[in-house]
Amino acid sequence: MTGDNSRSPRTGIPKPSSGAQVLSALANAAPYIFGVAFLAAWEIAVRVNNIPPYLLPSPINIVTTLYSDFFKLLPNLLVTVRITVEAFLVAAVGGLLLGMLFTSSRWIERSLFPYAVIMQVTPIVAIAPLIIIWAKDTELALLICAWLVAFFPVVSNAAVGLNSADRNLVDLFKLYGANKFQTLMLLRLPGAMPYYLAGLRIAGGLALIGAVVAEFVAGTGGAKSGLAYRILETGYRLEIPRMFAALVLISATGIAIFFILSIFSRFMLRHWHESAQR
Amino acid sequence: MGGTAQSEWCAMASSSPIATAESNRARKASTRPLIAIRSVDKIYPNGTEAIRGFSLEIPGTPQFLSLLGPSGCGKSTLLRMIAGLESCSGGEIQWPAAEYEGQERPTAEIGFVFQDATLMPWANVFDNVFLPLRLKRQSRAAAHDRIMDLLAQVNLEKFAKSYPRELSGGMRMRVSIARALVTRPKVLLMDEPFAALDEITRLRLNNDLLNLWETQKLTVVFVTHSVYESVFLSDRIVVLASHPGRLMADLTIAAPYPRTEEYRTSNLYNDHCREVSAWLHKAMAAGGQEAV
Repeated sequence: MTGDNSRSPRTGIPKPSSGAQVLSALANAAPYIFGVAFLAAWEIAVRVNNIPPYLLPSPINIVTTLYSDFFKLLPNLLVTVRITVEAFLVAAVGGLLLGMLFTSSRWIERSLFPYAVIMQVTPIVAIAPLIIIWAKDTELALLICAWLVAFFPVVSNAAVGLNSADRNLVDLFKLYGANKFQTLMLLRLPGAMPYYLAGLRIAGGLALIGAVVAEFVAGTGGAKSGLAYRILETGYRLEIPRMFAALVLISATGIAIFFILSIFSRFMLRHWHESAQR
Repeated sequence: MGGTAQSEWCAMASSSPIATAESNRARKASTRPLIAIRSVDKIYPNGTEAIRGFSLEIPGTPQFLSLLGPSGCGKSTLLRMIAGLESCSGGEIQWPAAEYEGQERPTAEIGFVFQDATLMPWANVFDNVFLPLRLKRQSRAAAHDRIMDLLAQVNLEKFAKSYPRELSGGMRMRVSIARALVTRPKVLLMDEPFAALDEITRLRLNNDLLNLWETQKLTVVFVTHSVYESVFLSDRIVVLASHPGRLMADLTIAAPYPRTEEYRTSNLYNDHCREVSAWLHKAMAAGGQEAV
């Protein structure tokens, strides 16, 4: 929606005519219009066909359930968010360190990278039961599962970024007798940031998916359970509006993670990278 | 090869009024050269012979030396070898001046300017110029005056906090030159630095570079494929032939400094250009390339 007024002076493109302005405003509003239309059609379909809420609750029903049950769902939401954030942070730090290790030695990269790929391509649902058996407590198991899913994009993006330093700049550092540590800190790491931050944005969403999938498999009840357990429970009890409310909360969490990481990425790259200039 | 080419040049020199005149900056004061390139070869791992038996002495007194040749003559490779960024397959490059004795290559004495500005896009102008000193563990405060002074010399003192993407191509190249000069090098190696710039920016940077060269009292080794640029800037032009790269001629451009727009339109300048062009054509013929 901020499109035309802010963009045209910077790019130097002459401001569009009023007809074109209306069109571009419509283009910006298109996803919202579609969303509202879809929800309205859903609401009408449920009411006209008298679909019972245990099969398909109407959007208004979901919203009122979300409002009335919010404080019942909140502790579960916090558990899921905590595991997601912890797994994400471990993946973010560990992934960067592992990426540095990979770029420091070709031998290490050759020896370890295939196993990182194997861990990535093995479905987490398939190995989650094993991890739950092996790990001492459930929370640790959930954390490991979420981390397993999240860390690969961080490692691979960090490794690519660290290896993408401008060749002439590498020569310049060599010319001035820079040691490996200086080259890493002043050249490779800052240059890798766009790649690394893109990896973080993917990892944020994946950490949430990993946490939820692991909760499904673990299926713990009580105060320490996350939103996935609530979804299982409401399924058994046919409390479908509450199930949808939990789903909405999971999606909202994913969207929030993505936005926070996008803003962080844009802030970090604001001075120089093309991706942060729009 | 180098030997025969040089003697050929000597025979030529006696008949040429331009080249016989001694430049006032010529190599006389220092007995030991700053850089001595002794029958250097470069063969790449794939078997390509880039340079064969190239010898050249660069004196300690300030000189503006251009390496001129057709593409593929190894002039950039030679520059990278002088900087120590490429190894020699044969022969050696020495820095015989007394204070470097026992040292293979005095890194602090070299400034290098690439074809692109090669700035760190995430760092502002000040930090880009500060880089060589930072790598030598100098503090920002100690380096501040030196950097601001250099930025003033390249007319960028108002842009110290700007980022490279906010600057024009010519301004970025000025930053790159300031960075190369920040360690007070004895020799500035420049690898076709203005090739990617438009004509107007290029002419202006040529003037600025000459001013800097005269105030900083250093030796410049300037790689170019432009006859006009080399004749305007240099007091010495080394012409290389290609396939493999070898010395074709070692020419002196005897025109007084400071050189201005007046020189660029003078008969003297034209005569030098004709002379150097003829040598470039010879070099291309020797490399099996057709003269344009």
